[in-house]
Amino acid sequence: MLDRVQHPPYHPVTGLDLIKPQEITFSNGLKVFVFDSGEQDLVRIEWIIGHLFSQENQALLNTGVCELLPEGTHTLSSAQIAELIDFHGAFLIPELGYDQSSLTLFSLNKHLEDLLPVIKDMLTNAIFPEKELATYVRNNKQKLQIALQKNNFVARRLFNKAIFGSIRYGYVPEMLDYDELTRDNLLSLFRQQYRPSNCTLVISGKITESVINRLEHLFGSNWVNQDDFACAERTPDVPTPEEMLTVDIREDSVQSAIRLGCLSIQRCHSDFPGLQVLNTVLGGYFGSRLMTNIREDKGYTYNISSGLVSLKHSAFFTIASEVGVDVTAATLREIEKEINKLRNEPMSEEELSVVRSYMMGSLLGSLENIFSHADKFKNVYFSGLGLDYYDHYTSVVNTITPDEICCMANTYLDYDKMIKVVVGKMETT
Amino acid sequence: MVKFNRFTLDNGLRVLVHEDTATPMAVVNILYDVGARDEHPDQTGFAHLFEHLMFGGSVNIPSYDGPSQAVGAQNNAFTSNDITNYYITLPAANLETAFWLESDRMLSLAFNEKSLDVQRNVVCEEFKQRYLNQPYGDVWLRLRPLAYQVHPYRWATIGKELSHIEQAQMDDVKAFFARYYVPENAILVVAGNVETDRVKQLAEKWFGPITSRSKYLRQLPAEPEQQEARREVVYADVPLNSLYIAFHGPARLEDGYYAMDLLSDLLSRGTSSRLYRILVKEKELFSEINAYHTGSIDGNLFVVEGKPLPNVTLEVAEEAIWNELNRLKTEPVTDYELDKVKNRIESTMVFAEMAILEKAMNLAYFELLGDANGLNREIDHYFVVSPDDIQQQAGRLFRKENSSTLIYITDKYA
Repeated sequence: MLDRVQHPPYHPVTGLDLIKPQEITFSNGLKVFVFDSGEQDLVRIEWIIGHLFSQENQALLNTGVCELLPEGTHTLSSAQIAELIDFHGAFLIPELGYDQSSLTLFSLNKHLEDLLPVIKDMLTNAIFPEKELATYVRNNKQKLQIALQKNNFVARRLFNKAIFGSIRYGYVPEMLDYDELTRDNLLSLFRQQYRPSNCTLVISGKITESVINRLEHLFGSNWVNQDDFACAERTPDVPTPEEMLTVDIREDSVQSAIRLGCLSIQRCHSDFPGLQVLNTVLGGYFGSRLMTNIREDKGYTYNISSGLVSLKHSAFFTIASEVGVDVTAATLREIEKEINKLRNEPMSEEELSVVRSYMMGSLLGSLENIFSHADKFKNVYFSGLGLDYYDHYTSVVNTITPDEICCMANTYLDYDKMIKVVVGKMETT
Repeated sequence: MVKFNRFTLDNGLRVLVHEDTATPMAVVNILYDVGARDEHPDQTGFAHLFEHLMFGGSVNIPSYDGPSQAVGAQNNAFTSNDITNYYITLPAANLETAFWLESDRMLSLAFNEKSLDVQRNVVCEEFKQRYLNQPYGDVWLRLRPLAYQVHPYRWATIGKELSHIEQAQMDDVKAFFARYYVPENAILVVAGNVETDRVKQLAEKWFGPITSRSKYLRQLPAEPEQQEARREVVYADVPLNSLYIAFHGPARLEDGYYAMDLLSDLLSRGTSSRLYRILVKEKELFSEINAYHTGSIDGNLFVVEGKPLPNVTLEVAEEAIWNELNRLKTEPVTDYELDKVKNRIESTMVFAEMAILEKAMNLAYFELLGDANGLNREIDHYFVVSPDDIQQQAGRLFRKENSSTLIYITDKYA
């Protein structure tokens, strides 16, 4: 008779086989990392550009430059670029982070020969035509107008502003900011930032010698650093947050968006992996304390989660949810309870062992294909760390004790000192 | 090319195995042939609510998520108008745990009252989060009943209204389980770092003993051909006017499906597509515009939706869309333009082979359509579509009497 009650034997995840990149420096100094593997005849190429801030409030300019790159060069119009990319079945995706912009090309190998010169043209000859800029501004203002009616979006903005104030990470674009975007500003930022010395190339997929040669030809020997446009990086002074609770009342809301959190530690801090374990326990997976209590026991929400974000010059911890308006205050109380419980009572070994297995499984699962190996590498590389970070990480995940987690909670999570944002309704208590 | 092995257990459960040793992981994907289209009109949203209850413990295992997380697995599920699909991804060494968990909830649920209570609330909050607390969130709650009058696609997966979810009772849950969650009504796909023999052994061990019950035979009312243009205007607290035009299109296995799919790509896939290029960039009439179809198994809806710029009247906006649709009816597309959208399909399909979960879901879905190998033949169906096929399909779709138009008018400037 089959025993359906007894759990089948469990095999812990022991090691990870991280693929190390081949590291190349092109003749102009451009750093290139190559991840070669895979059966499919395709590649992903990422041009990653570091943000250099001459002013803390220029984030929209970074966004504008990156997103308007495909809108025209000295030789190709916006329409021609779009045709070339689409005809070759490729995907060209501009992506904006806090500290970097990237342009990612997904393509079948057989079309690279036709596509790489187009990217080269964009990265060196973009002209940001007035007409395309006007369209971009108009459409993005409309999108912003819609987004501003979503409580969740507004809560994230208010939270970022409250925690980072007027430095780059706290900047959120207002409608009028779009009108300040000019061709001249875009061009000057483009010249400062889109240079080999400020770019990193990460290539993953089936990478042949000839692909690398082609890339060296276009983005190495034929891409020159123009020193007269160089710009020194400035370091922001991260302020001490002041406003502790912000409530933005939206009378017609049926749910409130809640966001709370605090400044935290960066990936290079030795406590970072331990804090990631604590984050997982609190709100980092389906079985987390917050999900178990606030969704699975109380049914207040469809989703609640916490996260830890490491930036180049700072880091923050955040909890976010959308809850029924009538249980907004109750949810905050439960969050407070859960945080205090972690500070006051060491968790059980049993719960911790579930978290260990979960984290190891999801680490292994996040290495599904060659792209994900490249992603793992980027995470550490841009934090100034090496792949051996993951040895440290797995060792902490597997050995951290309940007392150490409790200690982490006392050091890094203090409900009273957290920034809190509510957009929607909150009953007075 | 996604290779697979296939076998059927005595109880009728179909099993497919895709071996991929490039990953250390395995995925177990179970598709149940039941979706919102199988619901009673007075109990809509039930298939999706039921999906939530599948995580509330089964007959021998009090919690699904606990043991799943304990072996490093990630799991989730989704419900559509056609199907309910569950998946669990885990280190391949722990494959048996997935069989243990999945087979127990096919055997029987715990039917726990507390779980029903809580999940009713959770789903109501999901309803609010996705459909009520967002500008334009209720589009599909309006567009479906406008376009479908008879077929159960007339309601959305989340349900017609909150009260249907609030009123769900345990007896309904039990009846739903007995009717749809049977081996004959499921397709199990195991993919990743696995061997077919081992999968066969595990399938026999864990799913073999589940007794076969009779397979439910679906008999859905067919949507009669639409005879006249329909229209609904909503004055709402939305920031901008918005326009949706829905057309009835072919079912998934009917002739014309692939031409319809390519039509949506011609109109709005990528920044070189017609609607974006002409109506957003050249004529400067819209801030955003899209064309897509619902990808349903029964008769599809082909939808064009757009947000006109503030200085553009809805009449002008609507006419501009119709001009582009009419052009597809009167002028054949060039070979170049048709090749362009076919190339996009080709590369999308190759990229889809990068992830085992995506491959597993696709195999299950094509098996449901009749044969998993259809996944590998899919690209051929696109390649044979001619400019003439496109033109004819456009002629069948883009007729006023086949259209349902939904308009949101902002009350901002009222």
